[in-house]
Amino acid sequence: MSWFTDFPELSRETLVSIRKSLDGAYRGFSREYGENIEAFFDPLLTFLVWFEKLLLATPWWLMIGVIALITHLAARSWRLTIGVIIALFLIGLFGMWEDTMSTLSIITVSTLLSIGIGIPIGILMARSDRTQSIVTPALDVMQTMPAFVYLIPVVMLLGIGKIPGLIAVIIYAIPPVIRLTNLGIRLVDREVLEAAVSYGVSPWQKLWHVQLPLAMPNIMAGINQTIMMALAMVVIASMIGVAGLGQPVLRSITNQYFALGLFNGLAIVVLAIIFDRVSQAYAKRSQAYLGGRE
Amino acid sequence: MSTQNFIEIKSLYKVFGPKPKSLIPMIQAGKGKQELLEETGHTVGLNNINLDIKRGEIFVIMGLSGSGKSTLIRHFNRIIDPTEGQILVDGEDVLTLDENSLREFRRSKMSMVFQHFGLMPHHSVIDNVAFGLKIQGVAKNERLEKAKTWLADVGLEGYGNQYPSQLSGGQQQRVGLARALCTDAEILLMDEAFSALDPLIRSEMQDQLIELQEKLHKTIVFITHDLDEALRLGDRIAILKDGELVQVGEPKEILLQPANDYVEAFVRDVNRARALTVENVMKPPVNRITTSTIGEAIEQMKATSKEYGYVVSNEGFEGTVLQETLEKAVEGEDCCAEDPLTDALFETVAEISPESLLEEVIPETLDNERPLPVVDESGELKGVLSRSGLAKALGSSV
Ligand SMILES: Nc1ncnc2c1ncn2[C@@H]1O[C@H](COP(=O)(O)OP(=O)(O)OP(=O)(O)O)[C@@H](O)[C@H]1O
Ligand SMILES: [Mg+2]
Repeated sequence: MSWFTDFPELSRETLVSIRKSLDGAYRGFSREYGENIEAFFDPLLTFLVWFEKLLLATPWWLMIGVIALITHLAARSWRLTIGVIIALFLIGLFGMWEDTMSTLSIITVSTLLSIGIGIPIGILMARSDRTQSIVTPALDVMQTMPAFVYLIPVVMLLGIGKIPGLIAVIIYAIPPVIRLTNLGIRLVDREVLEAAVSYGVSPWQKLWHVQLPLAMPNIMAGINQTIMMALAMVVIASMIGVAGLGQPVLRSITNQYFALGLFNGLAIVVLAIIFDRVSQAYAKRSQAYLGGRE
Repeated sequence: MSTQNFIEIKSLYKVFGPKPKSLIPMIQAGKGKQELLEETGHTVGLNNINLDIKRGEIFVIMGLSGSGKSTLIRHFNRIIDPTEGQILVDGEDVLTLDENSLREFRRSKMSMVFQHFGLMPHHSVIDNVAFGLKIQGVAKNERLEKAKTWLADVGLEGYGNQYPSQLSGGQQQRVGLARALCTDAEILLMDEAFSALDPLIRSEMQDQLIELQEKLHKTIVFITHDLDEALRLGDRIAILKDGELVQVGEPKEILLQPANDYVEAFVRDVNRARALTVENVMKPPVNRITTSTIGEAIEQMKATSKEYGYVVSNEGFEGTVLQETLEKAVEGEDCCAEDPLTDALFETVAEISPESLLEEVIPETLDNERPLPVVDESGELKGVLSRSGLAKALGSSV
């Protein structure tokens, strides 16, 4: 009756053998396919490297100019534009320009990929309750599983470097854009949809002319959250060799350099604020039709 | 107006729930909606609907909330698929259409106006009006051109670049109407199109619809839960209760011969003075006088035992005469029974038109102790309307 007082757990040997066989299977898998998978990601790696080099090679004043221009085109606010210029200038002044550019490049690429993958998944989810019931728990796992845990298989498969870092960032950051695309489409006013159907839209026209535009406020909110989460992931991703602002933060944790950590942390915050304000302002401007008379 | 059946609905059933088909036998066995919901968890949306709608008429479907009106109208363009039954539009079985033909059918045959307008909030007014044409792939210039004329037709010229959220409810529904008209579809489906509007705007919209219909001769299926609206717009009215059709008929049939207590309860509160015309309630003219001499007129009047009469000739209605007046005339010096009836002998009494609403003739009718002659446009005496006849028609018990 020992199970009455002690939990009837599996024996040490069984547990070890389970873990061993799982690890073994995965190792076998990664030995078998690792190279193919790496080769599959090669074009992406080339692009990533090229993009980072581009950002680093661009003279700082031109870079600030370009970012300021994008900000202004998106938000049409002089105050925001000037704020962005000052913030970037300060980052450079404190010697963090190169790390910031590295981070900017990986954030940009991972955000674009998240959007490119996430929106179609969100659309599929909105189209069928079954898909939704399968994808939702997967997203829950992705968001609650500690990031370190899924770093392990990614590293085992692809080693240390930019691509595994990118994949980790995307896994961590993609759920909001998927969820909110799904939600946004499901929340589209039923009568408006019926109206579209009654005028004979094709499924594609319905998606393109009605569902996506009307879901856009939610999708934009999802993209915004995705960017924020990607930025938050930057520090963890630096553990597996992603260059950028995460590296010095990591160094300052191990060496207890408070000021170094603070500066780089603040640079991440500044990037976050820029991304956030610009995307919010853009979203708001593109939904001007919702304003008008209340 | 042709009498051809343009839209035909044949034994249509719609059940909501996981196994709709299995309920049809139970419904046919006569189980009620409430009972079935409690026993099986299925909702009966429509129960054995049979309808014929004629080309060019305004066909009103009415019923209380939950009676299945929206469900029924959504079968016409198959936004909802029936559980069982047939839907023929212009002889074509809508249920046999595949996806592509159904889309084509929706684009060309019908357009719909919604209770809460169903406008695209992210499109400008003009783009909303042109929506149907855009979906059909009509070139931009052409569709905007057309949308502009329709926008003007519903009285919203110059609002093209606004967004729907910038318009009032009435204006938004005009946009909805213009959008529906812009595709030139023959059939207009209107699901409580005016119900969300306040009374004044609502009656304005009704006027506008009637006015447009005089020009366009569309076939309109109009849903409402308001009997006044139904009577005002409808050429024919169908009344739904719990998914079943209880009565179909012209407004006056619904008002004057309600099929059962349900319909009667419906019509009890209606403003009859506005819904019925003189023609609906007038009585045939018994005491017509068909002679031109005073003497014979008196004779004819005596035969009807009324001391008044309505003189008609080949030219139609001539006037009203009183026995008293005629007798006095004959007794007089320079007149005798063989003399013709002259204008001087006629009473000055108002004539009323058969098409007038009762509301419009209440004052005249009450002012006269004798029934008023009802005379149509060609001068023909069609009937008479008495005070008591009017009172009876306006009274709530039929
Ligand atoms: N998608 C659905 N699923 C289940 N039941 C439904 C569905 N749509 C309608 N019903 C049911 O069918 C019945 C008829 O609904 P319908 O919307 O046609 O009523 P209505 O006459 O248009 O009412 P209202 O005046 O409130 O618009 C109701 O009992 C409703 O609960
Ligand atoms: Mg309804």
